[in-house]
Amino acid sequence: MATIRVFSLILSVLSIITLLWTQSGECNNGRRLGDAVDTDFSGFSVPLEHSFEIDDVPRFRLRGALQFRGGRENGVYLAQNQLSEKDRNTMKDVAAVDGLYRIRVPRVSLQVDRQTEKQSEGYITAFVRACSLVESHLSDVITLHTDVSGNVIGISIVTIPGSCRGIEVEDEVDLEVFNTTISVVAPVTAPVPETAPYIERMDQEMEKKGKNPQEQKSFFAKYWMYIVPLVLFLMMSGAQDQSGGGGGAGGGAGNGGGR
Amino acid sequence: MAWLVVRLAISLSLLYTASAVFEDQVGKFDWREQFIGKVRFALFDTHSQASKKLLVATDKNVFASLNSRTGDLFWRHVDKTGPEGHIDALLMYGQDAVVVVGNGRLLRSWETTVGGLKWEAVLDTGSFQAAALIGVQDFVKYVAVLKKSAISLHDLSSGSQIWVENLPDSDTVQYQTIYSGGNGLVFVLGFVPSSHIVIVEYKIEDGEIMKKKSVEAAWMSSLENSCAVISSGNLLCVDQTTQSLYTLPLQSAEHTEMRQIHLQTLDLEVASGFQPVLTSTQPNPAQPPLAEFFLQLSPDHHILLQLKDDLIAPLRDFNPSYLAAFATSGEKTVAAVMTPKNDTACSINLFSADTGRRHLDTTIIYHMDPNGGKPNRLYVHAFLKKDDSVGYRVMVQTEDLTLTFLQQPGRVVWMREEALADVVTMEMVDLPLTGTQAELEGEFGKKADGLLPMVLKRLSSQFILLQAWMAHLWKLFYDARKPRSSVKNEVTIDTLSRDEFNLQKMMVMVTASGKLFGIDSKSGTVLWKQYLEDIKPDSIFKLIVQRTTAHFPHPPQCTLLIKDKDTGLGSLYVFNPIFGKKSHISVPALPRPVLQTLLLPVIDQDYAKVLLLIDDQYKVTAFPSTKNVLQQLQDTASSVFFYLVDSSQGKLSGFRLRMDLSTELIWEVVIPTEVQKIVAVKGKRANEHVHSQGRVMGDRSVLYKYLNPNLLAVITESTDIHQERSFVGIFLIDGVTGRIVHEAVQRKARGPVHFVHSENWLVYVYWNSKFRRNEFSVLELFEGAELYNSTVFSSLDRPHPPQVLQQSYIFPAPISTLEATLTEKGITSRHLLVGLPSGSILSLPKMFLDPRRPELISEQSREENLIPYAPEMPIRTEWFINYNQTVSRVRGIYTAPSGLESTCLVVVYGLDIYQTRVFPSKQFDVLKDDYDYVLISSVLFGLFFATMISKRLAEVKLLNRAWR
Repeated sequence: MATIRVFSLILSVLSIITLLWTQSGECNNGRRLGDAVDTDFSGFSVPLEHSFEIDDVPRFRLRGALQFRGGRENGVYLAQNQLSEKDRNTMKDVAAVDGLYRIRVPRVSLQVDRQTEKQSEGYITAFVRACSLVESHLSDVITLHTDVSGNVIGISIVTIPGSCRGIEVEDEVDLEVFNTTISVVAPVTAPVPETAPYIERMDQEMEKKGKNPQEQKSFFAKYWMYIVPLVLFLMMSGAQDQSGGGGGAGGGAGNGGGR
Repeated sequence: MAWLVVRLAISLSLLYTASAVFEDQVGKFDWREQFIGKVRFALFDTHSQASKKLLVATDKNVFASLNSRTGDLFWRHVDKTGPEGHIDALLMYGQDAVVVVGNGRLLRSWETTVGGLKWEAVLDTGSFQAAALIGVQDFVKYVAVLKKSAISLHDLSSGSQIWVENLPDSDTVQYQTIYSGGNGLVFVLGFVPSSHIVIVEYKIEDGEIMKKKSVEAAWMSSLENSCAVISSGNLLCVDQTTQSLYTLPLQSAEHTEMRQIHLQTLDLEVASGFQPVLTSTQPNPAQPPLAEFFLQLSPDHHILLQLKDDLIAPLRDFNPSYLAAFATSGEKTVAAVMTPKNDTACSINLFSADTGRRHLDTTIIYHMDPNGGKPNRLYVHAFLKKDDSVGYRVMVQTEDLTLTFLQQPGRVVWMREEALADVVTMEMVDLPLTGTQAELEGEFGKKADGLLPMVLKRLSSQFILLQAWMAHLWKLFYDARKPRSSVKNEVTIDTLSRDEFNLQKMMVMVTASGKLFGIDSKSGTVLWKQYLEDIKPDSIFKLIVQRTTAHFPHPPQCTLLIKDKDTGLGSLYVFNPIFGKKSHISVPALPRPVLQTLLLPVIDQDYAKVLLLIDDQYKVTAFPSTKNVLQQLQDTASSVFFYLVDSSQGKLSGFRLRMDLSTELIWEVVIPTEVQKIVAVKGKRANEHVHSQGRVMGDRSVLYKYLNPNLLAVITESTDIHQERSFVGIFLIDGVTGRIVHEAVQRKARGPVHFVHSENWLVYVYWNSKFRRNEFSVLELFEGAELYNSTVFSSLDRPHPPQVLQQSYIFPAPISTLEATLTEKGITSRHLLVGLPSGSILSLPKMFLDPRRPELISEQSREENLIPYAPEMPIRTEWFINYNQTVSRVRGIYTAPSGLESTCLVVVYGLDIYQTRVFPSKQFDVLKDDYDYVLISSVLFGLFFATMISKRLAEVKLLNRAWR
């Protein structure tokens, strides 16, 4: 039963996508058309839904479909509708009352082999202020976050620019088409203490030292032949002038004690 | 050459950060209090008359010796936490104390004078039942340990095992007690529930079973609690259902069933639902116990009975009486009984055990603390006076874990607050202003009432100030003449006032037993305490400071949220943190479990911050909820966001407040629990200040910090615990938008994870399961070379993700807890305070945890004072801020800013409490203690006069030249 539902869901989504292509013939995430046509349907897709209501009670409608490509680099592609006249007006009204624009996707796993075994339960949701979406002329950045095993755990939406300055968007055309950048982000592997390069560096230092002993010698080792006579000379002169030297030393000690 | 420079740089940087306490600074601004926990066993050393030792074993697995004259610790041994170090039994004979540890795992003998271990014996496995000292011919030589299926006898002087024997039918019979009357036999008593008692008799020399018999006892449900051996081997049991006492001579062969004595024949009755308790006493293990015993019939009814010629006769009835205990000194055994006197006091009297007659002039009045709990244990130390009469002292333990040691006629010799061994949470509150300062403040607060009264009031307050200043000067002068040690300011609740630099604060501590404490941070004196009754164990506490001391004349206000662990139902307790008084403000009832609390910066007309409580139906309760507050909440509702964490489902969700105080779900992040589980979520501290917005780089450009106050650090641990596949997940999530700002996994890592989240960084410690070591990792977030919006930060308007830098280091020690220092303005560099299991507190400069530490040193990194990367974190002994004052079982570290920017107040709590100050950038705003005032002033004056003289000379010279 569950598999049938999934199958029908996928079918319906696919039909929407194909419908989209035939209608607009354009994809909005910056890819070339030919690229999209070449896509084989080895991946799968999930619906992306959005909601923007004056009364702020979420009623989610289909915004587009996220098409994931199986394989190593989690490629994702978003096919989405234009906003209808009615939606555009609602959007502007919602923006005027500082309402929220929400999106949601079902919880899925991006690993294709897991698709069949687990039916998604629940959604993950995110929001952005409707006014910022309007003011940015529907330019949004959607990021899907996955965990280590490829489950989608979070979605985020931001608009660029993200501010709400109360600028009136007159042109209806600006609110027709989403200009969406979409990406999937997997967790980064945190670095571990880098012992190997450190040891290598230490070894190099040692090697250098071994190769060129002259250069690595300490200051004293290098110039002892100058220092020793100097010290000797000073001592000799000090011995000769005992009384003056003693007074100087006493003064020095006094200064030291004062600190 | 480069290497030399590197080394020079390292040593210079170390020189800069190195700071330790000088010898003469010890104890100047730090103090430590040591605790033991709830006493389970306490024995007085009656070996010699002058002995001051009191041996205690506690539920915190602590075995210690207290000075019974002062209450100080002679020595203390802290064993492992949990069942492994649990102290099962404590026996004492002469100078030796025998302890059974870890459910009968170890048998140890301690020398009680210095606390040295004499011997230790590892016992066979099996759950512990009982232990007893065994005497032969008036001399105690052995100790017997009864396990579930075996009994073993050990030599008391060496610990060597004499013999071990398996108990017959141990799978059906529950053996629970050992008894020996010093006649060469050891009796082991067991029973089969609701059937019969089994008595096995062993020969001491070789463990041979001499006799084994079973006696009918169908009513028996537990041997341990309801039976006792009295008077040369008579087993005495009490049963509530049949309202009877049963006796049985252990040694006689002919008795096959116990003799029943109805309590009714003695005119006694056990209170319904109360399990009666028998208390007997065996003053010398080598001799049979006394024939007298206590029978407790109800919580406040004891009776002293005597078994004589197979007859039980009551000696004295104590009704009402709370507690009763036996004590022996020399040949005399006495019984101390605590009886209620009036509502606030109890009287303790001494009775001779063999007759039940009251000793004259032995009353001790015990005053119950109105803010404390009821007494629940009584320990008596009896001694013989010069005239051969019996004197005594008592130690009373109350429900709130206060130990009070009293002597006649009721003088409290010492008191220990053992609830402080288990501090759960704490806050530091500024002390109030002095009376005169408050007077001046009050003047501005009041409404004006005419010009003349105002002038008069001003003049009078100025005069009071002048007076106070003169008094202060006089005191300074007076104190200066006295030797320093004799100047001691006793801190009492009346003399509390803020000092110049706000270094002295009130520590409000919440303990697991439900007792609150107000402690002066300078001296460690407990200034107030309050016991909250009816607190279930394992409750969750959250302490919130709603109003600080800054709003005179409104008193400061703290709110404690107490949440039941199982039901989640909460209650609020509002109090004044300076005086500990319960506030009379009406608190909202919380009929539903509380999920989250939120302290808003919104304040009501009385300057109390508004606390929002979110229940499990996502409804919000505001406290205080005056009209003013509700109005303000409505205005700001759209900008009030909060988050909830459901770690059982791995769900993090964000909500926004609506006008009508309902909420709406706005974001949801679900971390599947099959892969990883959320272990901790932490935001940043609300009172934290960040002084600099960015870091100046080597090339003079600025790298701006990503300072998101709403950022949450979520730490997860993998469910797969295989060492190759386990990992620790780190999520940085914006608490307002639910945006995952950064997501990282630390592979081959395991918890427990300790972490600090502050400014623009997160430091966490984990266990590397591959290399088997602890590692530190630091994450820093930067906006980049330009700020998106430099005036204000809004989570809703920060579209660009931050740059994340991370570096990891090896830490060569295990750690117990982690915290960061905090200062008033955030100018001082930060240090991390690391609590080590050894009890030391390491103050680690944050400088060493900087992801920008370069691999290879360059001109620019040198310019920036970056230490070259080294994989191992150094531990320097001078970084230990608590020198030799180790803190056992560090649970938490609390940091608070002081009035001085350089100084951060630190409180470390665990089994002990340690308070100190740290100076992460040294005391740059304070003159040194040994600052040479004479030198600097003489130089100043000298220069001044020199200028005067040279000026005069120059004038003369000029005049002379003009004449020429």
